[in-house]
Amino acid sequence: MKKIVHYLNQFYGQIGGEEFAGQTPILKEGPIGPGAAIQGLLGEEAEITATIICGDNYFADNQKEAMAVIMKMVEEQAPDMVIAGPGFNAGRYGLACGTVCDAVKKQFGIPVLTALYPENPGAEMFQHDIYIIETPINAAGMRKVLPVMTKFIGRLLNGEEIGFPEEEGYLPQGIRVNVHTVENGAERGVNMLMKKMKGEPYTTELPMPVFDRVPPAPAVKDLKNATIALVTSGGIVPKGNPDHIESANASKFGIYEITGIDNLTGDLFMTVHGGYDPVYATEDPDRVLPLDALRQLEREGAIGKLYNKYYATVGNTTAVKNAKKYAEAIAQDMLQHGVQAAILTSN
Amino acid sequence: MAKTLESFGIPTAHICSIVPISQAVGANRIVPAVAIPYPLGNPELPEDEEIKLRKGIVEKALKALETDIAEQTVFE
Repeated sequence: MKKIVHYLNQFYGQIGGEEFAGQTPILKEGPIGPGAAIQGLLGEEAEITATIICGDNYFADNQKEAMAVIMKMVEEQAPDMVIAGPGFNAGRYGLACGTVCDAVKKQFGIPVLTALYPENPGAEMFQHDIYIIETPINAAGMRKVLPVMTKFIGRLLNGEEIGFPEEEGYLPQGIRVNVHTVENGAERGVNMLMKKMKGEPYTTELPMPVFDRVPPAPAVKDLKNATIALVTSGGIVPKGNPDHIESANASKFGIYEITGIDNLTGDLFMTVHGGYDPVYATEDPDRVLPLDALRQLEREGAIGKLYNKYYATVGNTTAVKNAKKYAEAIAQDMLQHGVQAAILTSN
Repeated sequence: MAKTLESFGIPTAHICSIVPISQAVGANRIVPAVAIPYPLGNPELPEDEEIKLRKGIVEKALKALETDIAEQTVFE
């Protein structure tokens, strides 16, 4: 029977929550969590012989060390395939799933598969190099995605030909393939144009690439006379969270007064971010929103002044289009209040 | 968010724990932070050392803000 090794984070690997995100890579025999469900669907086709579990923070902060250990574990297991996740829209986990699969594919030349939400940064980084099954935004979609993953695992293990992304459920890899059609290009083009003019749906054969970049803004000429604003996606809010910003998938941002405050303290401020261990930010919120340092630099004359309010939201599985919307509103508010530059902090 | 603020002409230094994510989403001025639960601190340091560390990172962010760049740049 074909052997599969499965990569999971500390949460899905059933080690624990955010407080165990520093877990170093460990190997356990057999399938765990989502792996057990995949094994159930796979039946006799293949066996998940081992599960590698690594904490999300450990992986993100010590990628080189983590990868060295993980690759050694994979080598010793000598599997026929490596799978990872599903990681949904979890940023650190998605990065780990993509990095592990990509490295295994390059080094051992065996099939790999992960499953992520299209906006996961891990998907953007690796979707051209490996197969990534598209998932819904969070683990509520687990049941939907596991059968798609399982089917795909079988096809990869058997060396079957893989069809188009939209048919198979994986994220487009940007590869063009030749196919034979009855109508030639001119006919197809005119048909699409006719549909477009009638307002009917049609599918383009060559989607325009999305250039997801903006040209850098010009530098601040004179920092010593500039007003700088602080922004954070780390969920630092006044104690009690007056705007009820959600700990994940935030539906809003807040604007908070810092006039006369030199230092953020745990009795007045707190974090509501649900994606990192809050112990250190609770002890000292300056560790996420560096107000004390900016006040010092303001006094020393390094900057003109710090804007008397800061902007905060929670960047935990928050959709890109929402983050963009909040930033547009924040930018307009900054421009109205004469802010010339911003410092944005993210965990 | 960093990208959107920059698109409004507001230079924005993104202090972040995971640089590859910042690069993937398209921030232009990137400053690496310390660690995910404490991007601008280190609970193992004495308080004055920790503030010094934090100020150093913020100074890098200020450097990023006053530097004209042509493309995504990581300010180490």
